Amino acid sequence: MPDLLLELFSEEIPARMQARAAEDMRKLVTDRLVDAGLVYEGAKAFATPRRLALTVHGIPLRQPDLKEERKGPKVGAPEQAIAGFLRAAGLTSIDQAKVQSDKKGDFYVAVTEKKGRPAIDVIAEIVPEVVRAFPWPKSMRWGSGRLNWVRPLHSIVATFGPETEEPEIVPFTIDGIAAGNQTRGHRFMAPTAFTVRHFDDYAAKLQDAKVVLDPARRAEMISTDAKNLAFAQGFELVEDEGLLAEVSGLVEWPVVLMGAFDKAFLSIPNEVIRATIRNNQKCFVLRDPQTAKLVNKFILVANEEASDDGKAIVAGNERVIRARLSDAKFFYETDLKTRLEVRLPKFEQIVFHEKLGTQEQRISRIVALAGQLAPLVGADVAKAERAAQLCKADLLTEVVGEFPELQGLMGRYYAEAQNEDEAIAHACEDHYKPKGPDDLVPSDPISVAVALADKIDTLVGFWAIDDKPTGSKDPYALRRAALGVIRIILDNNLPLAPRGVVEWHFEHQFKKQYLDVASAIDNLMVFFEDRLTVQLRDQRARHDLVDSVLSNASLVEGHRLTLIVCRIEALGKFLDTDDGKNLLAGVKRASNIIRIEEKKDKREYTGAPNPALYKQDEEMALAEAIAVAKRDASTAVAKEDFAAVMTAMAKLRPFVDTFFDKVTVNVDDKALRENRLKLLNEIREATRAVADFSRIEG
Amino acid sequence: MAKADLRARAPARPSNLDPTRSFQGLILTLQQYWADQGCVILQPYDMEVGAGTFHPATTLRALGPKPWNAAYVQPSRRPKDGRYGENPNRLQHYYQFQVILKPSPPDIQDLYLNSLKAIGIDPSIHDIRFVEDDWESPTLGAWGLGWECWCDGMEVSQFTYFQQVAGFECAPVAGELTYGLERLAMYVQGVERVYDLNFNGRDDDKKVTYGDVFLQAEREYSKHNFEVADTAMLFEQFKMAEAACRKYLEAGWNGERTRHALALPAYDQCIKASHVFNLLDARGVISVTERQSYILRVRELAKACGEAWLATEGGGAA
Repeated sequence: MPDLLLELFSEEIPARMQARAAEDMRKLVTDRLVDAGLVYEGAKAFATPRRLALTVHGIPLRQPDLKEERKGPKVGAPEQAIAGFLRAAGLTSIDQAKVQSDKKGDFYVAVTEKKGRPAIDVIAEIVPEVVRAFPWPKSMRWGSGRLNWVRPLHSIVATFGPETEEPEIVPFTIDGIAAGNQTRGHRFMAPTAFTVRHFDDYAAKLQDAKVVLDPARRAEMISTDAKNLAFAQGFELVEDEGLLAEVSGLVEWPVVLMGAFDKAFLSIPNEVIRATIRNNQKCFVLRDPQTAKLVNKFILVANEEASDDGKAIVAGNERVIRARLSDAKFFYETDLKTRLEVRLPKFEQIVFHEKLGTQEQRISRIVALAGQLAPLVGADVAKAERAAQLCKADLLTEVVGEFPELQGLMGRYYAEAQNEDEAIAHACEDHYKPKGPDDLVPSDPISVAVALADKIDTLVGFWAIDDKPTGSKDPYALRRAALGVIRIILDNNLPLAPRGVVEWHFEHQFKKQYLDVASAIDNLMVFFEDRLTVQLRDQRARHDLVDSVLSNASLVEGHRLTLIVCRIEALGKFLDTDDGKNLLAGVKRASNIIRIEEKKDKREYTGAPNPALYKQDEEMALAEAIAVAKRDASTAVAKEDFAAVMTAMAKLRPFVDTFFDKVTVNVDDKALRENRLKLLNEIREATRAVADFSRIEG
Repeated sequence: MAKADLRARAPARPSNLDPTRSFQGLILTLQQYWADQGCVILQPYDMEVGAGTFHPATTLRALGPKPWNAAYVQPSRRPKDGRYGENPNRLQHYYQFQVILKPSPPDIQDLYLNSLKAIGIDPSIHDIRFVEDDWESPTLGAWGLGWECWCDGMEVSQFTYFQQVAGFECAPVAGELTYGLERLAMYVQGVERVYDLNFNGRDDDKKVTYGDVFLQAEREYSKHNFEVADTAMLFEQFKMAEAACRKYLEAGWNGERTRHALALPAYDQCIKASHVFNLLDARGVISVTERQSYILRVRELAKACGEAWLATEGGGAA
């Protein structure tokens, strides 16, 4: 079966767009092939800086013929109806129609055959449509044309045919660019056009013309060569997946070279050197495998084999890196001359958010909250406040201005340089953590206090001005902040109820700005509960257990986060036991009976049952067991011993089982029935000490 | 070092005009090259601007249907970038070499690469790369897509396909090339400090350096830009330029608002307002929030000027 080869050859495609574009091209073309009835065997797409290429193999030569059946009137229908049918079906005589029968009798059916078109004609329609509507993140026009592409599109290869034969050119033209079978190689090393046939031929000729088509192979070549070059000199490559992907998208023919810089620059913090070399120059750095410290070498990836073996290229890159590093060194040394606290007044001029005031105001809120939280998390109040005061100061430094991703880290370096307490210096860096689901959670009490204060201030602030995340829009990363708060509290087992902290902060900082404080706080607590649910689900906790506990002991009601999680854990363990399973079944049975009877009687069966009405021993026994379980459970809850709560509950089980075995609830005696229903309700109530069992599945 | 290789490959011309050893030689070579491609070689615009793009030969000529190919040097002023002559490569006044080709020709990348060859950058030993860089000028209401052009890891030019200028769609599209001349010269001359550039390509006592020409100016203007510039006067000048721009725009329209007779004088006032804003910004007297509103005010002027230009002969009005 024939194969399709497609190449769209353009000026340089941004590296970050290439992978997605290749995938989009594959999907858009193959989806349409399938829609057109052309089911293919396989497809693969590739991208280089100058081309998108697609191979689709095993496409049928033609679309399948389509049989279309059109149901007509009954045999013996009026002439008019028959004439209308013939016209609509394109028949000249009723003899051309078939007769079929169903329950209602015989009727005419017109069978028309739609001949499948040659695949090449279908492809000639599909490709221009795909090109014209291609989903580039940003596209442009050029010259006098109207076509939109990521950068000017120069030529198109589109060949189609069986592997063993000379393929045909798919006949189409897009804005004056006619599809053909010619392409070009490397911009400088093989600029002359050449003819290609099928994909294998294409890829091989490109390789000869100094183009490695497959981005994965380019990445692998770069990675291998870089590691080997490093190893040969006793160094180790600092691997960087993001940079590797980007650099693979900047070259068609990777040539890995090593350069060096003055050792004096190694006095700059390693992270600053790396950011300078990586962000500005897209080069890799190397380290000494013994000390894990950077060495004065870097790896660059050129796009060609230079006739002087890369001497000029290395010299040029070294020169630029020297200039960049001397800028970085200058920035770093300039920063060290000013103490962090001296920078703070500048924050009065910098707006954090138009409704939430300046950075200075924000920092003073964080200081106040960190001071408030300190005793609760075991931190020294004065130190926590000092750390909160300094934690944002590095935003005003030259190095962070140049490399925003080094915020926090530079704060730590500068705090250390001015001999701040170790814990305070670390808080400058760690208060941003956890930055994502895989990031570490701070554990030092000072860092914990500042990290919580920073995040809670942001959350409370945006809730106070009613600017909450909606759908996929979360520009201030509030979900991440809430999850951060949850993880810090849980990982450090902090005895904090988020509601209390949030209320305090609202009260002291945002009271005037928001009229309905209580409902804003409720809403924020629900937001926390949602984050908690997601977090626990990721840890494979059963969502129904989370639900049942939260509906009983919620953050909205001011419960402590750690206790909620303990409850969920204890409940999960309990329900894994026979006692748990049977009790759950009993409670569910009780709940179901009550629900049905309440619906029937249009009333509720709540309130204490009357012991005088107990007629059977099993009723008495159950009532007593419930009283004991309630008492024991509430003592255990007070002690926050949820295992003991479960033990108390477990004791209920035999009494519930026996009750259902021996006692009939729906008896004719109305008073007795009511009393028994109330007793059933007591089972439900007793278990509420732990969770709302009705929300548990199973 | 790269220098020797570069020099060996530079085209033959008098040594004092060799682009790899003479700043003026570099400029003259680029002018010659683009003149040979059919560009009109203009002289710098006689007003203070922040970049070559502000020259009406780019901003306004990029608008409208008429073909236009031009190249020129534009002294560019970025008051905030002043470093009192102490930074090896930051200047508050520097030269851009600007090329505008409308409609952008299909071989514009090759034309550009050949211009690099002309100034001694041989792509067979240098690693030339087109790295994504989208351009946007909030004050001009303009944007385009293109690249930074890298030579051995150094950005030597900006390459932009204009999509919109003054809020109007560019059709046809103009291709814009901007060479940062000092940086390029430092590279081909192998010099680490801009003030050490050989300006005239002579040796010994006949040699004039970039520092000889501009170091004093950098010191004086840095002091002026950051410390002394009369802010009360500048605020007043901004208002005056803005008012004059609006006045000329209004006066230029014919009765049916189909033709405009004062697009260029009005645009001058827009340029003036923009430069005055840059000076005020350097003096640190514009707050973060005000900053945005000033940019918006200049953009409104630029848009109105673009609209006026499209109603002139140069802008292709019937």
